[in-house]
Amino acid sequence: MDFEFSEEQRKFRQEVGDFLEEELRQGAFEPSCDAWIMGHSPEFTRKVAQRGWIGLTWPKEYGGQGRSYIDRLILAEEMLRYGAPAACHWFADRQIGGSIIAFGTEEQKRELLPKILKGEAYVGLGMSEPEAGSDLASLQTRAIEDGDDYIIDGQKVWTSGGSHMNWIYLLARTDPEAPKHRGISEFIVDVSLPGITVRPIVDITGGVHFNEVFFDSVRVPKKYLIGERNRGWPQVLNQLDYERSGMERLMGNYPLFGALIQYTKETKRNGKPLSEEPVIRSKLAQLKIELEIGRLHMYRVAQVMDEGRAPNWESAMSKAYGTAFEQRLASTAIEILGLYGQLSPESKWVPLQGMASHSYLSSKGYSLQAGTSEILKNILALRKLGLPSQ
Amino acid sequence: MDLALSEEQEMLKKMARDFLTEKFPKTVVKQIEESELGYSPQIWKEMAELGWMGLVFPEKYGGTDMSFLDLAVLLEEMGQACLPGPYLSTVILGGLPILDIGSDEQKQEYLPRIANGELIFTLALNETSARYDAAIEVKATADNNTYILNGTKLFVPDAHIADYILCVARTSDGAKAEDGITIFIVDAKSPGISCTVLKTIANDKLCEVVFDQVRVPKENILGELDRGWGEVQKVIERAAVAKCCEMVGCIQRALDMTIDYAKERRQFDRPIGSFQVIQHYCADMATDVDGTRLSTYQAAWMLSQGLPCSQEVAIAKAWAGDACQRVMALAHQIHGAIGVTIDHDLQYYTRRAKAAEVTFGDANFYREIVAQGMGL
Repeated sequence: MDFEFSEEQRKFRQEVGDFLEEELRQGAFEPSCDAWIMGHSPEFTRKVAQRGWIGLTWPKEYGGQGRSYIDRLILAEEMLRYGAPAACHWFADRQIGGSIIAFGTEEQKRELLPKILKGEAYVGLGMSEPEAGSDLASLQTRAIEDGDDYIIDGQKVWTSGGSHMNWIYLLARTDPEAPKHRGISEFIVDVSLPGITVRPIVDITGGVHFNEVFFDSVRVPKKYLIGERNRGWPQVLNQLDYERSGMERLMGNYPLFGALIQYTKETKRNGKPLSEEPVIRSKLAQLKIELEIGRLHMYRVAQVMDEGRAPNWESAMSKAYGTAFEQRLASTAIEILGLYGQLSPESKWVPLQGMASHSYLSSKGYSLQAGTSEILKNILALRKLGLPSQ
Repeated sequence: MDLALSEEQEMLKKMARDFLTEKFPKTVVKQIEESELGYSPQIWKEMAELGWMGLVFPEKYGGTDMSFLDLAVLLEEMGQACLPGPYLSTVILGGLPILDIGSDEQKQEYLPRIANGELIFTLALNETSARYDAAIEVKATADNNTYILNGTKLFVPDAHIADYILCVARTSDGAKAEDGITIFIVDAKSPGISCTVLKTIANDKLCEVVFDQVRVPKENILGELDRGWGEVQKVIERAAVAKCCEMVGCIQRALDMTIDYAKERRQFDRPIGSFQVIQHYCADMATDVDGTRLSTYQAAWMLSQGLPCSQEVAIAKAWAGDACQRVMALAHQIHGAIGVTIDHDLQYYTRRAKAAEVTFGDANFYREIVAQGMGL
């Protein structure tokens, strides 16, 4: 056992922190919650790419750095701690690149990986459909072979990153006759192709990060089929393990926590800082404890990936745990702020730039994205604990 | 970073599991709980022969020079077996403080005899205030070459069978409560000591120990006069982690039992474990168990490395205290009525988990330490 980071890892954390401090100093970004999924900054992503921090864990032969998942976790942790706008590259770096490396052809790797590494491929995730949420395998979007192309028809919904994406990762049915898990294939599709319409969905924060995407006879060259035709299901399950694996499932609204702690130290009630009130100390300490427990879960997930396994039940556990924590954090923040907690980001008198009310609303989606907590607990119960499915 | 046990630790774990499973079926645990002694001298001797008492002592004191992390592995197994007896008292509360700050003579005198199973130790710390702060009121007054102890200690584990009691006493009134505290190694047979076993939820042997004009030779001071509190804090920290290790074993076993039960028990023509509500309860339990395990081993590893870890200990024990209650509540819910019968094994874990929650600092106590660590 060894719970410490190596000297090299500590230096790396410092390096990332220094970079982010400098960006902050130059006003390149404002720390914010959800910046990993909502903070789109092509400029920031380009800078991250220049440092080699996209594709950190990919093999060197594909332009990656061949570093460990623990290293990547350190990078993610710092990005999240600072609330840095990493949304342009986050999905591609986290799961699409890895999926192409695992299942793609050499041609796909040569075409797509450099785009991701340079921070130029903003990949949206086209999985859910109106009738295929938790039951993802019942998706109906069709991809029908026609000469050198597939013709794609259908609709995706809750497509994360849809407003900024230039590529969409797409799950579509290639064999309508086969049992539902056996007729699905994966594609990566250029969003500028004719027939694709993206329509934003406004979420309860008033923001837009997910979308409806319509496919109307979109011709996608066959070379953009990823992996085996009709074998997309096991491929996407693998990808979902990675999608759930990261620190963003615990620290997505971390900037709120830092700001809240500061607020209680600086705000006085009856002449005494809020932070000296026993109830408030207890609540904040409890959040800190829960955060640290969550970090250990996340480190375990990274270690599993470093052992070369997809983090299956481990990331199901860490994601369900982490998102519940994020929701408690946002809720507790409003409690502590009291009447001020309800103020919206643009309001007069709003504390903490409105992070509390924003995060409270936005965190409702955390336990739905990438597998609801219920689906994750099913995975845990069936795959880790061996409980019977019937 | 590496969160796995070493091969040697896995072997130690397996050996401990096999031994404890054989020696402590719940029928035996029950007999021991009901006995006056509260432990089995015969098995105690066998544990000593396995080298368990001296596990972390240096070889020159009859030990095997293993690490606190190795000890953590062993303690987890003891927790999963519901081992009754004075192991934690003797090794963690008695032996390790002597190893930390004892004089050469004291180490030579006591450690080899702890290691070979001859001596049982305990620590008399809590008083009627029932807190883990420095509000120590039991007094030790100097009188020539001796000190005279007076006052009442409470919740002293295994004092009724102890050969020696480390007694935390006030030797002077300093500016702060932490000053003026001294640890004495007291022969438990000294005249003036009376011991009453309290009846507890865990059926362990917590005692009231009354010191009435008890004379202790000056050379039995452990560490420095008036400056014992630092070591006491260290002991509390280490004992909290040791308790967490037992708690990990306790709730892991409760989870395993619950899953087995959910697979076997049929209602509505199917195993209850096939119902999602039961599955999700089990998933929640497993998440709590793993969080407890990860944070406990982090703290144990840091102690093992000699790294400062007050925050990590606080996080582990605060979390474990709360998590154990959630796990046991769900274990009972899933077991249904059979789980609340005295003949079912689950109750051994329920009772221990509740006692463990409040022992060596509860969640509120440690949340305050975490709050201080956050600069609040």
